[in-house]
Amino acid sequence: METIADFEIRHSQFLDPQGEPQDTLPAFAEDADTLQTMYASMLLARIFDTKAINLQRTGKLGTYASCLGHEASHVGIGAAMRPEDCLAPSYREYGAMLWRGVQMHEILLYWGGDERGSDFAGPRHDFPFCVPIATQCLHAAGAAMAYQLRGEPRCAVSINGDGGTSEGAFYEALNVAGAKKLPVVFMVINNKWAISVPLELQTASRTLAQKAVAAGIPGIQVDGNDVIAVRHWVERALERGRRGEGPTLIETLTYRLSDHTTADDASRYRAREEVEAARELEPLIRLRRYMETRGLWNDEREQACRAEAIEAVDLAVERYINTPRAPVTAMFDYLFAELPQGLAAQRELAVRRAGGGAH
Amino acid sequence: MATVTLIEAVTMALAHEMARDERVIVLGEDVGVNGGVFRATAGLQQRFGAERVQDTPLAEAMIAGVSVGMAAQGMRPVAEIQFEGFVFPAVDQIVNHAARLRTRTRGRLHCPMVLRVPYGGGIHAPEHHSDSPEAMFAHMPGIRVVIPSSPARAYGLLLAAIRDPDPVIFFEPKRIYRLQKQDVPDTGEALPLDVCYTLREGDDVTVVTWGAMTYETLKAADQLAGEGVSCEVIDVATLSPLDAETIIESVEKTGRLVIVHEAPQSYGGGAEIAAVVAEHALYSLRTPIRRVAGYDTIMPLFRLESEYMPGVARVIEGIRETLED
Repeated sequence: METIADFEIRHSQFLDPQGEPQDTLPAFAEDADTLQTMYASMLLARIFDTKAINLQRTGKLGTYASCLGHEASHVGIGAAMRPEDCLAPSYREYGAMLWRGVQMHEILLYWGGDERGSDFAGPRHDFPFCVPIATQCLHAAGAAMAYQLRGEPRCAVSINGDGGTSEGAFYEALNVAGAKKLPVVFMVINNKWAISVPLELQTASRTLAQKAVAAGIPGIQVDGNDVIAVRHWVERALERGRRGEGPTLIETLTYRLSDHTTADDASRYRAREEVEAARELEPLIRLRRYMETRGLWNDEREQACRAEAIEAVDLAVERYINTPRAPVTAMFDYLFAELPQGLAAQRELAVRRAGGGAH
Repeated sequence: MATVTLIEAVTMALAHEMARDERVIVLGEDVGVNGGVFRATAGLQQRFGAERVQDTPLAEAMIAGVSVGMAAQGMRPVAEIQFEGFVFPAVDQIVNHAARLRTRTRGRLHCPMVLRVPYGGGIHAPEHHSDSPEAMFAHMPGIRVVIPSSPARAYGLLLAAIRDPDPVIFFEPKRIYRLQKQDVPDTGEALPLDVCYTLREGDDVTVVTWGAMTYETLKAADQLAGEGVSCEVIDVATLSPLDAETIIESVEKTGRLVIVHEAPQSYGGGAEIAAVVAEHALYSLRTPIRRVAGYDTIMPLFRLESEYMPGVARVIEGIRETLED
C-alpha cells in the first residue's frame, strides 16, 4: 500500500486577540487610512446591528439576523473585492454588503418585509440575500461561468456558514468550480453554530476548509476575527481567480455572539461561559488595540467614529420608517417582464380590494 | 425547407439561436461530445465549441443553480435535464430562485434561462424515466411551463422560450421525439408563448390536451369524425400561464369539454382547466366536464405503461361518454 493522496490545511492569523502581530502584515495593513476605514466599517456594522435588534424588539422590524461577532469576516471580504466582482451573500453579511455600496435603509427594508430592500442602489449586479442555505454557492459559480465565458477579469464570491457546508448545493458548487476552473471564491463563515446545532454535530471534518480537498481546489482556514487575515486571503484568492487559476475555499473561524435571529434564544442550547469566552476573541478589540499601540487610534477618534456611525444609522432608520408600503400592484408587476394576460384580472382584483381597505 | 422530427427541430432551434445570440449557452450532462442522450444537442459542440456547449458534472441542482447565476449575469443558458425523473434535485433552484429573482429584486436582476426536460412515458425506458410532472411546476408562480407537440411548435416555442426574459421549463414529450416529420423552415421565427393552439376546429366537443397526448387526441378526433362527431382539439402549449380565453371561447361554442393528459388525474393540469371553465363558462356546458388522464398511481415500469397511459381508445371513450351524457 502506498499513499496516493494527502492533504494539509493551513491556518492563518496576523493579529492575535490582543492585537499583537503574529506574522509580517500584508502591505495594505501598512496604510493607516486602510486600517482605520476597515475598523470604522466594522464599528458601523455593529452599531447598525444593535439598532436593528432594537427596532425588532420594539415592533418596527421583522425577524432580523444579527451579525454580532462576524464583523471582521464580513468587512474583510467586502474590502478585498473589487466593485465589478459579484457577491452572493447569505443573510447576515452586512459588513461586506455595506462596504460594496448596499445602503443600510435597504437592509432594513428587506427585514422590514419589503422587496425593495433587495433592489440595491448599488452594486446592481450583486445577488440579493439568500435564505435557502448554500443555494447561492451555485449562483456564484454560475456568475463566474458568465465572466469566464466573456473573458472578463471578474470573480464571484459566495458566503455561507458552517451549516451550509452540509448542503448538497455547497458540494456541487465546489465540484463544478474545480472541474471548470471558475473564478469564484467560496467563503465559509464558521461561527460554530447552525441555529442550535454545534459544529461537531454538523460534520466529522476537523476543518471546513478541507471540504475543498475532495473538489480538487485549494482550501485555507483563517482567523475570522482578524480582518487583516480575512482581507489578505480573500484578495489572494480573487487574484488567483482573475489570473484564471480557478476557485478557492476560505473558512473563517469566528463565533456567533448573538442569537441566530431575533426569533431565536441561544441560551436554550449553549452555555453562557462559552459565549463569554468567545467575546474575548471578538474582532474589534484586536484591531483597535493594534492601531492604538501605533498611535493610529485613540478614544477621541473612537468617539468621533461612533458618533458618525450612529448618525448614519439614525438617518437610515428614518428613511426606512418613512418609506411607505409598496402598492399592491408590486406583487404582480415584477413576476414577469410583462404581466401575462391571465393575471390581469387578479391584479385588478387586488387593486380593488386594497383600495377598499378590506385587505 | 427542412423536413424534421420534433427532436431535430429542437436541435435546429438551439443552433439557430446560438448563431444569432452569443449569450446563448447550452449546458447539461452529456450534451457536448455525445450530443445528448436523445441527440438533442447533436453537432452543437462541434459547431460552437466546448465553451458554449458545456458538459457539466452530474448534478441537477448544480445545472439549474449555475444557470440562475449565469442568467442573472447576462447570459442566456439553455440547460438540459436528462430525464424528468432527475429534475427534482433542481426544484429548489427553480422554485426558490429562478422563479422569483425578478420579484425579489424588483426587477434589478432577472433570470432568462430555459430548462429543457424530456418527459413522459411510452419509450420503454427504465424506472424514473417516464413521469409527467408538469403540473407541479405549473403551480409555481414566476415560471413558464411550455410543452411542444409537433416539430414546428418545438422549433417556434423553443426560440420564444430562449428569447423570453424570464425562466421557462420546456418539457419535451419524448414519446413523439421521432414520431412524425414536418417541414419546418429555419427562419428563426418564434411562435407566441402563453397561447393555446387550436389544432382542429369542431362544433360538438372541445378536447384540450398537450404534449404527446395531442397525437392520440388528433387520432381520436379523426376516427370520431367518421362517425359524424366534430371535435375541436386545442393544444395548450403553455401550461402556465394558461390561455384560458381560447379554451373558454371554444367551450362556449361546443358546450362540451374533455381534457386529456398523461399525468396523474388528481391535481393535474386538467383540474385547473376544468375549474377555469366551471368558473367562467359553466352555463355553456351541456354535459359535465370529463378528464381522460393517467391513473393516480406511480407510473409503472414499461410492461404496464400502455395500460397507464391513455391511448386512442380511452380518449374516444371519454369523448363518447361526454357526448352521451
